[in-house]
Amino acid sequence: MATTTLEPRATVYGQRSWVYEWLTTTDHKKIGALYITTAFLFFLLGGVFALFIRSELAVPGVQLIDPETYNQLFTIHGTTMIFLFVMPMMTGLANYIVPLQVGAADMAFPRINALSYWMVPLGGLLLFSGYAFGGAANAGWTGYAPLSAQGGSGLDLWLASLVLLGMSSILGAINFIATIFKMRAPGMTLMRMPLFVWNTLVTSVLLLFAVPVLTAGLMMLFIDRNYGGGFFDPALGGNPILWQHVFWFFGHPEVYILILPAFGIVTEILPVFSRKPLFGYKAFVFATASIGALGFSVWAHHMFTTGAVYLPFFSFFTFLIAVPTGIKFFNWLATMWRGQLRFSTPMLFALGFIALFLIGGLDGAFLAVVPFDFHVQDTYWVVSHLHYVLVAGSVFGIFAGLYYWFPKMTGRMLDEGLGKFQWLLLFVGTNLAFFPQHLLGLDGMIRRIVDYADNPGWTALNFASTVGAFLIGASVLPFMWNVFITLRQPRNAPDDPWDANTLEWATTSPPPPYNFDALPPVRSERPLFDLKHGGVAAHGVALPAARGETHEETRADAPEEILGEPREGHAPLIEAGEVTPEVSEAAPDAVPHEARPKKEADR
Amino acid sequence: MTARSRALELPHVQEDPHAGHPAEGVNTALLGMLLFIGSEVMFFAGLFAAYFNARASALALGQPWPPEGLGHIIEPSLLPIAATIILVASSGTMQWAVWRIRRGDRTGMNRALAVTLLMGIVFLGAQAYDYYELVTHYGFGINSGIYGTLFFTMTGFHGAHVFGGVVGISIILLRGLAGQFSARHHIAVEAVSAYWHFVDVVWIALFLTLYFLK
Repeated sequence: MATTTLEPRATVYGQRSWVYEWLTTTDHKKIGALYITTAFLFFLLGGVFALFIRSELAVPGVQLIDPETYNQLFTIHGTTMIFLFVMPMMTGLANYIVPLQVGAADMAFPRINALSYWMVPLGGLLLFSGYAFGGAANAGWTGYAPLSAQGGSGLDLWLASLVLLGMSSILGAINFIATIFKMRAPGMTLMRMPLFVWNTLVTSVLLLFAVPVLTAGLMMLFIDRNYGGGFFDPALGGNPILWQHVFWFFGHPEVYILILPAFGIVTEILPVFSRKPLFGYKAFVFATASIGALGFSVWAHHMFTTGAVYLPFFSFFTFLIAVPTGIKFFNWLATMWRGQLRFSTPMLFALGFIALFLIGGLDGAFLAVVPFDFHVQDTYWVVSHLHYVLVAGSVFGIFAGLYYWFPKMTGRMLDEGLGKFQWLLLFVGTNLAFFPQHLLGLDGMIRRIVDYADNPGWTALNFASTVGAFLIGASVLPFMWNVFITLRQPRNAPDDPWDANTLEWATTSPPPPYNFDALPPVRSERPLFDLKHGGVAAHGVALPAARGETHEETRADAPEEILGEPREGHAPLIEAGEVTPEVSEAAPDAVPHEARPKKEADR
Repeated sequence: MTARSRALELPHVQEDPHAGHPAEGVNTALLGMLLFIGSEVMFFAGLFAAYFNARASALALGQPWPPEGLGHIIEPSLLPIAATIILVASSGTMQWAVWRIRRGDRTGMNRALAVTLLMGIVFLGAQAYDYYELVTHYGFGINSGIYGTLFFTMTGFHGAHVFGGVVGISIILLRGLAGQFSARHHIAVEAVSAYWHFVDVVWIALFLTLYFLK
């Protein structure tokens, strides 16, 4: 609460231990860091599971893992990577970055934000505790009924875990939407928001309307399993296909929930490292929104072979999604066209994303063709497609974002050499692991089976895929080493190391708890560029105005107006010793008063 | 906390999240509640989808809906109609509470909230009695085929939401009795009211679907 920061509290606050502070924090930056760290740990866990899966599949025959354990492995691998890695990781990045990019002091509901975070480790614990109670869930991450209506308590724990993680996502989505609609800096209209914020907004809307439908389905399955319900049991008048409808009504928007934040990250990075404004800002916004809207009308393309859906409708709408996605691709390319490209690590990951996500996207367009889908349903083609969009898409986007924002979060620059080495390993590993799976899928190799026949060529392709998987695993090691050695160094990152465009770079690295001492005026979607190089505001004035003249101007959106009075609670925080003096005084350096365009354009 | 800091923690301050544009548009906390209600609508939409899927499957196979032998159990008899009238009327008393506090009438708001709370509890009691009757007299439970599963799941989750609303009304009633609301600062009342209306609307849809649409 803003008004409780009084002297007596300040002394108490200063005595908080490090552990207590992190356990009880409501600071969006600390919660963001918690999300990112937790998600990364689950990434390692899910990755080890993947390596077990690929080790078993390296050669035909059952050598390493028995079939039941294998079923649990791919179920927990998929669930972990989607619900405990990519979603919390994207939420963590958005948690850290979105309030900074919109110029807010925190999220709209800081305590609900903490609640959302703490549900994630609890949900993970529930999921993995299946191993302590007679085996984890084994019905695949899609949990198709009636298979999922059988099995042991691991599946009940899986259901409980997903309900909890879904609740966390819903609360997080509400928080992001409220933050984005209510807490933007003065001057930041919707059409001046950074694209990462736009993507987070659309993602949050998708979460808000898709996750509750999954929750309803999970509840039905729980009732079927435990209370004799008949939702998915034909003997009782139910219908197992209903599960697929409910699951994919959530599941397809979920695909965009996993990828849209990565689109946002890449769209932030490309203009910065091309030294050009983003090409087609409005087209990007409308493409993002239409991907979100279309995402709700294509769920049954996962169900072509059930015979229970109207094929032409869902096939057509699936193809339609290629249009806004194509707009994004052309805009990305046009952004780079004739730019001064800098191939720093974030840019390399962004370029890797564009190159490889294109393959994943094209795979998806193939799957929209009904006869082709009938041929490759439940084969490794599908495995290849979803890994090309999730590893080559989301994971590349995540690493791009981590390398891009790491200096802002920690005040330290990650090592470029190690970063490029990691990129190379990941790029080669991803293609080696997942490209052969296209060929296996076309050849009819079925997914989710522990063994495969020794058909001509299959062993070589599977072995290549396994080598690629280990390369992906190895690529994480230089990243962890990079983070480890960088965090041991003294702070070396300037406030704006990449010469970027958006507001998060206008404060110190790392930002103080209250984020901003002063905000630059927001006159375009690149407020920081305007500040540094003179944007619309500066170039609109023919004669440079003397500073003294403009002080009298009392425009509602002049920076002095906005920030003359810091929000209640800022100054006491500094007094309380929460903010060290260097930090609190460094911010004005980031935004020198002299550099601010004082005179606005006659607009 | 010293006395001084407590003195500054005025109730209305808690009502004011540090919004960027507090004066513009819908209040941030109320927006949060409205978005939450949006997600709840989708949750119930999932359950309704299950209902209509089962109904359409039965009708497509030429089977009766409700399934044979169960047609007479879920009837718009006195109990559900009375419970419905009480719940719909409680939406009115809830709105009455909002209108009272908008005019700064704390006592009037407290009275209206107390009446709403009572009606909510009576609804839950009626539902519990109805469940008891169905299970003991008719042997109709959640495991009585898809029809029983749907009836108890849908009304059960609705009942859980009514219970959540009763808890929310209790909290704002206690806060109202402590004098924490005023004509300007009563966003919690507005938010709980929005939630209660939502619960009411879901019941109307459930009632029409389960009791009248055969």
